[in-house]
Amino acid sequence: MGAEIEAGEVLTTPLDGLHRELGARMAPFAGYAMPINYPAGILKEHLHCRDKAGLFDVSHMGQVRLSGANVDRALETLIPGDIVELPAGRQRYSMFTNAEGGILDDLMVARGEDHLFMVVNAACKAADIAHMKAKLEPLGVTVEALVDRALLALQGAEAAAVLARFIPSSAALPFMGMGSGNFAGVPVTLTRSGYTGEDGFEISCPADAADFIARKLLAESEVAPIGLGARDSLRLEAGLCLYGHDIDATTTPIEAGLAWSISKRRRAEGGFPGAEVVQRQLAEGVARRRVGVRPEGRQPAREGTEIVAEDGRVIGRVTSGGFGPSLGGPMAMGYVETAFAQAGTKVTLPVRGKPLAAEVVKLPFVAQRYYRG
Amino acid sequence: MSVMTIKYTKDHEWVRVDGDAATVGITDYAQGQLGDVVFVELPDAGRELNQGGEAAVVESVKAASEVYSPVSGAVTESNAALLDTPALVNESAQNEGWFFKLTLSNPAELDSLMDEAAYKAYVASLG
Repeated sequence: MGAEIEAGEVLTTPLDGLHRELGARMAPFAGYAMPINYPAGILKEHLHCRDKAGLFDVSHMGQVRLSGANVDRALETLIPGDIVELPAGRQRYSMFTNAEGGILDDLMVARGEDHLFMVVNAACKAADIAHMKAKLEPLGVTVEALVDRALLALQGAEAAAVLARFIPSSAALPFMGMGSGNFAGVPVTLTRSGYTGEDGFEISCPADAADFIARKLLAESEVAPIGLGARDSLRLEAGLCLYGHDIDATTTPIEAGLAWSISKRRRAEGGFPGAEVVQRQLAEGVARRRVGVRPEGRQPAREGTEIVAEDGRVIGRVTSGGFGPSLGGPMAMGYVETAFAQAGTKVTLPVRGKPLAAEVVKLPFVAQRYYRG
Repeated sequence: MSVMTIKYTKDHEWVRVDGDAATVGITDYAQGQLGDVVFVELPDAGRELNQGGEAAVVESVKAASEVYSPVSGAVTESNAALLDTPALVNESAQNEGWFFKLTLSNPAELDSLMDEAAYKAYVASLG
């Protein structure tokens, strides 16, 4: 059996005590002690979230408030997302790019009345904030890390019904909408989005109210706590990228299949780091693409596994791989040469010396069920 | 009646010995640490295993882990039920969830393994 992860000096979220009380298996993730799973285990947590509602602590993620006269136009100098035309109360997915068009981090950004609210990955948040301070403050933008706030995600088929008991107006929030609410006396910011492929919300609240809100939600019969283990299997089934694995500084949004996040105006105007690379790839195509790969049988192929064409040539590599509890089988994502990116292409995945038969498939593995009003 | 002996390794495998026939699996503690088992790769009959050598692989939703043979010997059978129902490892790690059987080639190796009391103390020491 493999070695245990050694715990070093780690930060904690405001829900640390609750996780331990619930019997979570904790492990360091991006510098934080985080719940990997609770006693129910990853498989049951995953299925419960899809079927009912799951509560996730994602307080390790970075929450940032950006304000200033031309904050939207300023932010567009760092990301290819269309922020100028983002209406108040709406949220968008985008990414910070580098001069080569590679992805420095992916992010969610929403427009409030007088500011932008951004959520970035935990492992990248220090670099993201430094990047924004260096590049946006000279343009008159105030960059404020919301270090005194926690972030909870309530996801799943019953998430909206549960949250409406506390915040009735949340039911009317559209997919990728943002609103404010009052949760049993606590002012919160809600977005109708998440990382599971299900309907659901992310709830930004004062750090000192997170435990109160989490306990209120967990007291509802539909809600179970879900750890990072199931968060990963849920997002992979939904075909969503994990930064540092499926996307990184060496992959562009076009190779990653994220061109949908770049509007017509931004494609034409450019004006973000690496725009010429992204524009050239949009016009001429890319040499490799992110695809779904489905192994036959039950054996998973993990991150790093080579993807091999029928003629024996290595045409790519798995970037995320595991077992999909809702799918009922193994699943993987990875990059392959564009000629092999067509769904139905037969490939093999050498695992411990044996070639696993697999097929390139369309993403997602499990249909997304976002709220469509 | 024969006397059955169960011994344990620090890597959380168990071996149940009856004469020169041995059955190998992973402990209940190990399955709890792994979480839901979704796939098991087992050694074919006839394969010669060395004590401490790689013998099988157990995959949970999250990760793959090696299983080492607690003793040396030739594999006589692997547990076909695990191929269709890998969850048996979680439900019954020390009975129905056995991995493989082998014929001992060096019974003296058993002396290097822990008995049940020693293994329990070892697990307790892991916290």
